[in-house]
Amino acid sequence: MMFSRHRTRGLLALVVALVVSLVAAGCGVTRGEDSPDNRRLRMMIPNSPGGGYDLTGRAAAKVMEDQDITGRFEITNVIGASGTVAMQRLLNERGADDLLMLMGLGVVGATYTNDSRARVSDATPIASVVEEQEGLLVPADSPFETVDDLVEAWKDDPRSIRVGGGSSPGGPDHLFPMQLAQAIGIDPTDVNYISYDGGGPLTSALLGSKIDVGTSGLGEFAGQIEDGSLRVLAVSGAERLDTVDAPTLTESGVDLVFTNWRGILAPPDISEAERDDLIELVTRMHATDEWKDALRRNGWSDNFATGDEFGRFLREQDERVASTLKELGLA
Amino acid sequence: MDSLGLLADGLASAATPQNLLYAVLGVLLGTLVGVLPGIGPAMTLALLFPITYAVPVDSALIMFAGIYYGGMYGGSTTSILLNTPGESSSVVTAIEGNKMAKAGRASQALATAAIGSFVAGTIGTLLLVLLAPTVSEWVVELGAPSYVAILLLALLAVSAALGASKLRGFISLFLGLTIGLVGTSTGQARLTFDQPLLADGIDVVIVAVAIFAIGEALWVAAHLRRAPLEITPVGQPWMSRSDWGRSWKPWLRGTAYGFPFGAMPAGGAEVPTFLSYLTEKRLSKHPEEFGKGAIEGVAGPEAANNASAAGTLVPLLAIGIPTTATAAIILDAMRSYGIQPGPQLFDNNGALVWTLLASLFIANTLLLVLNLPLAPVWAKLLRIPRPYLYAGILFFAALGSYSISFEPFDLLLLIVLGLLGLAMRRFGLPVLPLIVGVILGPDLEGKLTEALALSGGDVSTLWSEPVAVVCYVVLAGILAVLAVNAVRRRRSATSTDQEVAA
Repeated sequence: MMFSRHRTRGLLALVVALVVSLVAAGCGVTRGEDSPDNRRLRMMIPNSPGGGYDLTGRAAAKVMEDQDITGRFEITNVIGASGTVAMQRLLNERGADDLLMLMGLGVVGATYTNDSRARVSDATPIASVVEEQEGLLVPADSPFETVDDLVEAWKDDPRSIRVGGGSSPGGPDHLFPMQLAQAIGIDPTDVNYISYDGGGPLTSALLGSKIDVGTSGLGEFAGQIEDGSLRVLAVSGAERLDTVDAPTLTESGVDLVFTNWRGILAPPDISEAERDDLIELVTRMHATDEWKDALRRNGWSDNFATGDEFGRFLREQDERVASTLKELGLA
Repeated sequence: MDSLGLLADGLASAATPQNLLYAVLGVLLGTLVGVLPGIGPAMTLALLFPITYAVPVDSALIMFAGIYYGGMYGGSTTSILLNTPGESSSVVTAIEGNKMAKAGRASQALATAAIGSFVAGTIGTLLLVLLAPTVSEWVVELGAPSYVAILLLALLAVSAALGASKLRGFISLFLGLTIGLVGTSTGQARLTFDQPLLADGIDVVIVAVAIFAIGEALWVAAHLRRAPLEITPVGQPWMSRSDWGRSWKPWLRGTAYGFPFGAMPAGGAEVPTFLSYLTEKRLSKHPEEFGKGAIEGVAGPEAANNASAAGTLVPLLAIGIPTTATAAIILDAMRSYGIQPGPQLFDNNGALVWTLLASLFIANTLLLVLNLPLAPVWAKLLRIPRPYLYAGILFFAALGSYSISFEPFDLLLLIVLGLLGLAMRRFGLPVLPLIVGVILGPDLEGKLTEALALSGGDVSTLWSEPVAVVCYVVLAGILAVLAVNAVRRRRSATSTDQEVAA
């Protein structure tokens, strides 16, 4: 087999849905012994196939399947309102001990911008798994050489700096410049943020100097950074990246650490034993070489934290996002 | 550098048995997902992405290219036969294509689509070969103001060709624009009725499938007892000499529209299909056939959407900018092999690129070889008795709409919009303006917002780019011609009135 079972199954289910449903109706589902590697779990992904959550979720599920940590995963993409629909569905599945949902910072923002009552802090935190740093990108011929240059010009006339990002309001690329503005004393409502439909259009806008600075994860820009057509003024994490020659914001004198993180949640009201069991699964997944390989291949950084530790982080993020968006009048 | 010589080397290395096998696999898979509404090449590639861990780079890219081209082609088959567009880029094909099928000319419609796709794909790939290595960064110079102007021009062109009744045409256009408003893309919720499932707007494919297929099925069902049972004539299996004569110019013109739009970062495949359709309608020697099954109306748009697929690869390979979801995944796949598209790609990975380009020619040829003989076979599908045929169409339409995001809610939307489609048929509203409104409305709004945000609200930005100025000049020209014609018509009308009175 070239591809893992659940992926083939996903595609086949689409292509020959009729056949599959007939066959499934005929043979039914046999549940094996209750041993962990026979266990069937569901994973919910809050965006479409190919997106960041999807890649992370499917990579995690694949490692757990391949390493016999669990049996098969049934993966569903629940698309809608930037993840709010999926979040609501997770909260509705109160007490279900066989469901995991991959989510991240963008889902936190989306619950506010979409006026949803669903709160990520209402779910059961299992673990944070990966994070990506954001970067401040400028075109090669930009007058800004350092973060200082940018901060100075920005403070001088906040509206004159056009900031572009690959996510809609409430998403990581939008939250980052807003929190950056807050950190250097600019009113976020004065930030001229232009939202692009993902990394491709954002790259065009940067290369064509349509915007002054871009905020985005750096993975999609590796080629342009390497050939010098784009420069990185700073990265947003606590430490520098191995792959990019740029200082952190804190090194550059701005007191802000910001990462676009992703983690795994379970429905509310599951028992402590059930929760510990799910944490154990993810912890074992995290320890495998295959997972380390997936991190490296996708350019993700490890930010593994489980249970209560992740829960505290989640609450802190929830509050921070809420305050930023409230200040902007978006929540 | 002798591009064509390098291409020949590429052909030699792409034509290994293993790579050919992957090309066939890709083309078949692509055609299949193109046929199914809702499942596009982008989703297929995303699901197949893991094979990049297991398969050599050239084979994977060859297969992906096959899926891409196959998907662009496959969408036309259901458009023509079942009036159910598989992709938004083949919506226009359904308009004349399905009428041809009903008149017993399904084989010809499928054949002109297949050959047109081949011609456009081949010319497009050739242009890609010649342009991609040398194309400078001109595509990134196109900013939001240029797109605003291009979209306005497209909207005007459509409005000018609304059909016999301008009032009905505008009603349809505004219905489409209204459907396009649904969602929270501007930051505010519009027409979402507090329904989170409407926050991302309504997918164009659902609208198209509902209006075309469901509306049609309901219409037929409403008349089934009253109308005599017409048997669709089978007709000639192949294109006649006159079909060829009427097809080749639209193929070339469609290619000329499709390729540049594909190469533009926000061009897409839909606008060139509209423009091609309207151009053919205007230039045709048989304008009376439009709306009843004119072969030009299939040949042009089908060529346009395939040429745009080739165009998409220009910015992808030359500067590493993906302009469609499919291209974005191909880019991801290249990166996972450590290949970075961009200015140095042709120097660093020259052999691989030429193999990829060569495989596009192979994919194109395979599509033609596979699909042309199948055209008469597919056409026989229409001889299925109508109740069964329409049951099949309904099933297909529902499956496709459901598979876009696996939401039962989308099926509800499908039914509601299907009823709208039925009402439109009842009251004689044309469907093309509605689809155009759904696609162009949100695009135009988004680009206008972007342009004004970038300029800080300064309206003069809208004519700050040369492409925009050219578009407005053309726009003004068209408006002037329309105005002069209208005045003339009124004058001649009044003069005849006077004569009659005298």
